[in-house]
Amino acid sequence: MTVVIAVPSSLDDLTFESVLDQLAQHPADAKVIVDARHATFATPYGLTALLTLAQTRAEKAEFLPPENPDTVSYWARAGFFRYAEELFDVRGHVPRPRSAGESDVLLEVTPVTKSDDVHGVVERIQERAASILLNKLHLESRATMGFAMTLSEACQNIVEHAGRGGWVMVQAYNYRRRLGGRFVVVIAVCDAGVGFRSSLESGQRRPLSDRWDDAVALEAAVVNGVSRYGDPGRGQGLKGIRGYVHRWEGKLSVRSGTARIALIPSWDDDVPRREGLAFFPGAQLQITIPEKVSAVA
Amino acid sequence: MTRIDVGSVLRNSANLPFSDLVTRPTGAAVRRCIQTELAALSEGDVALLDFSHIGMMDYSCADEVVAKLLIALAGQDAHAGYIVFHGITDAHLEAIEVVLDHHGLALVVQFADGGARLVGSVSDEERAIWEMVYARGSVAADDVAGREPAEMARILESLLRRRLLRHNGVTYAPLGPVQ
Repeated sequence: MTVVIAVPSSLDDLTFESVLDQLAQHPADAKVIVDARHATFATPYGLTALLTLAQTRAEKAEFLPPENPDTVSYWARAGFFRYAEELFDVRGHVPRPRSAGESDVLLEVTPVTKSDDVHGVVERIQERAASILLNKLHLESRATMGFAMTLSEACQNIVEHAGRGGWVMVQAYNYRRRLGGRFVVVIAVCDAGVGFRSSLESGQRRPLSDRWDDAVALEAAVVNGVSRYGDPGRGQGLKGIRGYVHRWEGKLSVRSGTARIALIPSWDDDVPRREGLAFFPGAQLQITIPEKVSAVA
Repeated sequence: MTRIDVGSVLRNSANLPFSDLVTRPTGAAVRRCIQTELAALSEGDVALLDFSHIGMMDYSCADEVVAKLLIALAGQDAHAGYIVFHGITDAHLEAIEVVLDHHGLALVVQFADGGARLVGSVSDEERAIWEMVYARGSVAADDVAGREPAEMARILESLLRRRLLRHNGVTYAPLGPVQ
């Protein structure tokens, strides 16, 4: 049996749930066609999560690219098809991406599998991010260094905990849906690894409570800084990410397994905790840093 | 004073072709190289750990390079060496302050002009006395007017144990100016 999974026209962290809801109705080894023909917009989370989805399928899924030429061109510039062509059977013609230097993406879709990849990501992002954070988001210069640190720590979660490679992408754009056109920079880091719950279980770091599920595991790791390692210095990466996001009035959301938690700023009306979601392996993290309010006319 | 160029350690000793201190494996590799160099110091020597050629540092690397180095140093015999940090910028300080606070540690940062600053987890009293020692160049527990010698001795000994001061005969002294 072949199952068609429709990608929503606007693909972000929330609408991606509809993709997972559709998948959840079918066995893991079902033949899948991921139909993105009607997609016209995708966030970094949407693109990296699609690649992550491909990694989870027992049988290589087919992929129908967006029909909108601007959309498919952007996905190509974002580096999506470079990896999608390895992970999916991509149907039809997709444009060849231009060189990275011509891209309007802060950091194209980039695989992260080992520690050296994190070095590469950090080196590439610093120069590009500085200009955007200072001139578009009107943040102070120290925000630039913190941004690279935050990106580094987010990527390291894959290397340290996922048990398999994942993806990172960074983009700046006008956020019309929530912020009335204010600029945002968005980091998405997605993997299809073991996820927070299994990671903490593997280190015997489950909190002493009767309840134990993906939501509790996420809260232990993201909010309380619990790591699978007994080393008392562990857990500072996510703590640092939380501090950076809070300082610049940003938003952090982390999904793992069947749960998602979010640290929500005043400009957003998301809910802090979602449970009972369709199961998706690994961990998917998104950080949104908005343009400084006082700088908006 | 022995100078250890952390940038050089990163690229040469640890053989990692980067200028940023990011990721735990990188931090652990750099720390092990630094510890090898520190082991060659003579009793009571001060090492200047120079971060001038380091770009940025993330929390995980700061934990591996800075916090674990200080923890290991505090665990050694009392006659072991001392470390002064140099070339620290705001780009490094954010991560360093977070990990120092996490572990309850402190360190001495020495500036190029010879000035110094205590960074990390110290009480107001400890900071005031540390600054007094740096201003005077040398202090004995019983030669500070208006302070109980026993209380002074307790705080000075605490700063000594944390390797933020050192003994100079019967007095307590700064870790030393940049040579």
